[in-house]
Amino acid sequence: MVLVFSDNKNLSLELLNKGSELAKELGKNVTAVIVGKSDDALAKEYISHGADKVFIAETDIDSFKAEEYAGILEKVLKETGAEIVLVGSNKNGKDLASRLAGRLDAGCVIDCTNLYLKDKKLTVERVVYSGNAIAVEQFNSKPNIVTIPSKVFDPLAKDDKHTGDIVKKKFDVEKSASKVLKVQEMQTGDVNVEDAEIIVSCGRGFKSKDDIKLVSELAEVLKGKTVGCSRPIAADLKWLSEDHWIGLSGHKVKPKLYVAVGISGQIQHIAGMRDSSIIVAINKDPEALIFKSADYGIVGDLYEILPKLTNMVKEKMG
Amino acid sequence: MNIIVCAKQVVDVSEMKVDPNTKKPILQGVPQKISDIDKNAIEEAIKIKDKHGGKITVVTVGSSDAKEGIKELLAMGADEGVLISSPDKCDYRVVSSLLAEAIKKIGEYDIVLCGEASIDMFSGQVGPRLAGLLNMPQITYAQNVNAEKDKTVAVRNMGDKSVTTESSYPVLITVTKEINEPRLPSLMQILGAANKPINEWSADSLTKDLEPKVETLELKGIPMERKNIVYKDDVDDSVKKLVDSLAKEGVLR
Repeated sequence: MVLVFSDNKNLSLELLNKGSELAKELGKNVTAVIVGKSDDALAKEYISHGADKVFIAETDIDSFKAEEYAGILEKVLKETGAEIVLVGSNKNGKDLASRLAGRLDAGCVIDCTNLYLKDKKLTVERVVYSGNAIAVEQFNSKPNIVTIPSKVFDPLAKDDKHTGDIVKKKFDVEKSASKVLKVQEMQTGDVNVEDAEIIVSCGRGFKSKDDIKLVSELAEVLKGKTVGCSRPIAADLKWLSEDHWIGLSGHKVKPKLYVAVGISGQIQHIAGMRDSSIIVAINKDPEALIFKSADYGIVGDLYEILPKLTNMVKEKMG
Repeated sequence: MNIIVCAKQVVDVSEMKVDPNTKKPILQGVPQKISDIDKNAIEEAIKIKDKHGGKITVVTVGSSDAKEGIKELLAMGADEGVLISSPDKCDYRVVSSLLAEAIKKIGEYDIVLCGEASIDMFSGQVGPRLAGLLNMPQITYAQNVNAEKDKTVAVRNMGDKSVTTESSYPVLITVTKEINEPRLPSLMQILGAANKPINEWSADSLTKDLEPKVETLELKGIPMERKNIVYKDDVDDSVKKLVDSLAKEGVLR
């Protein structure tokens, strides 16, 4: 059996697609797990998107702790005899999958971007060496635990005729010695770089926070309106919130047009935007790595280039 | 306060080249170093030791080359190193089991510190996996740690949320790159580190069960076909050419 879990609904739906495909090939079924309060509406939604069964593990846990969630999934696994566990790869999911693997002494691969059966064994691919290579990994014993990032698979189309069972069970879990004191939403705007079709990004080449308006102005005329950035701008300088951050530990994007301005092109950044259809680079250093990953580039001073580029795009688009 | 820091010796990915024909990474001859975020873990350990006293032990699973890396961490301020010889076939299960056995052998610990992930593989699996094996609470992605006498409070960066978590000891903490600025050891500290012990333990002295559960079949290159058209002369001319090209690509609409 294939088990699917994420604390994020959309990610669960995406995982159910791959999960049901693998399950069919194995002649087994796919079960979605809900942890916490019983939620029949959510369970039905999972069923209409491919789940053959929804397992609701009822608990009184109020906040996510990997220790306690791993304890619950360990019991669900024992109960269902699942062989493959797909976990949504947000930070909670990675923590949970890794801890569960430790508890079960099982194989685990994080951030898989491709999964298939080869010689009847689960085989997965993940990007390694900062986006320089893909490792092909194969499990040689069960259970197999993998995490899958968002947007790798699309959800199955909703099918209200698809049927499935809803099973509910109460679980007592060993409580963790840790305690969540405070949860604070990070300051974010309405930015969603992962869904953007056009992104203009800024990096260390900018001298001050105010200058980022040059990027927003270009993004505006390109009708993309989405501003991205490299690690230093979000993580170190904090000129933009982390929902703008594109890269290996930030967001992974695949817009139609990606414009990298004043970004040197560290492989960690490339790993976040390499799937863009067209990549444009603007940098004053002709040797900058970013040009190797770009379709079009201009070598020069971004402070001179950006206003001119914005004007000319405006003219061209009328 | 006794602190164990898990550190990994990795290839320096920023020095890595890709074979132009096969697009596969060239691993041979790439310089090795201690993974960047593990240095943040050491730095945080030193800060905690400065406050509470105690001992910092660094544990590494790797080849004998890793000794140089451990020496650097000893120079920064760790007290003792443990180098576990890496078996030929290694996956996260094997490495985590070895670290767990080594930590049990060291015996006394209040905090186990790791980097959030290593810069070569970037899984972030070892920290929470180890916490599971040792059945201890885990605080991951810490961007701020306040270790008090009988408990620690940490602020975790969970992307869209910031989560403040408290735990008693022992606790496993993984730290982010933003938590601190790792110090550069002085010449005196580097010389002094030569006298600090590095214990070498063989893998099978720690556990006989070293079968990987996951096997790497292949390392594939990533084809990156880009046009690489770069305009570098007159700015007005370059901007015009770029806009024309983008119009032809159909992205200006």
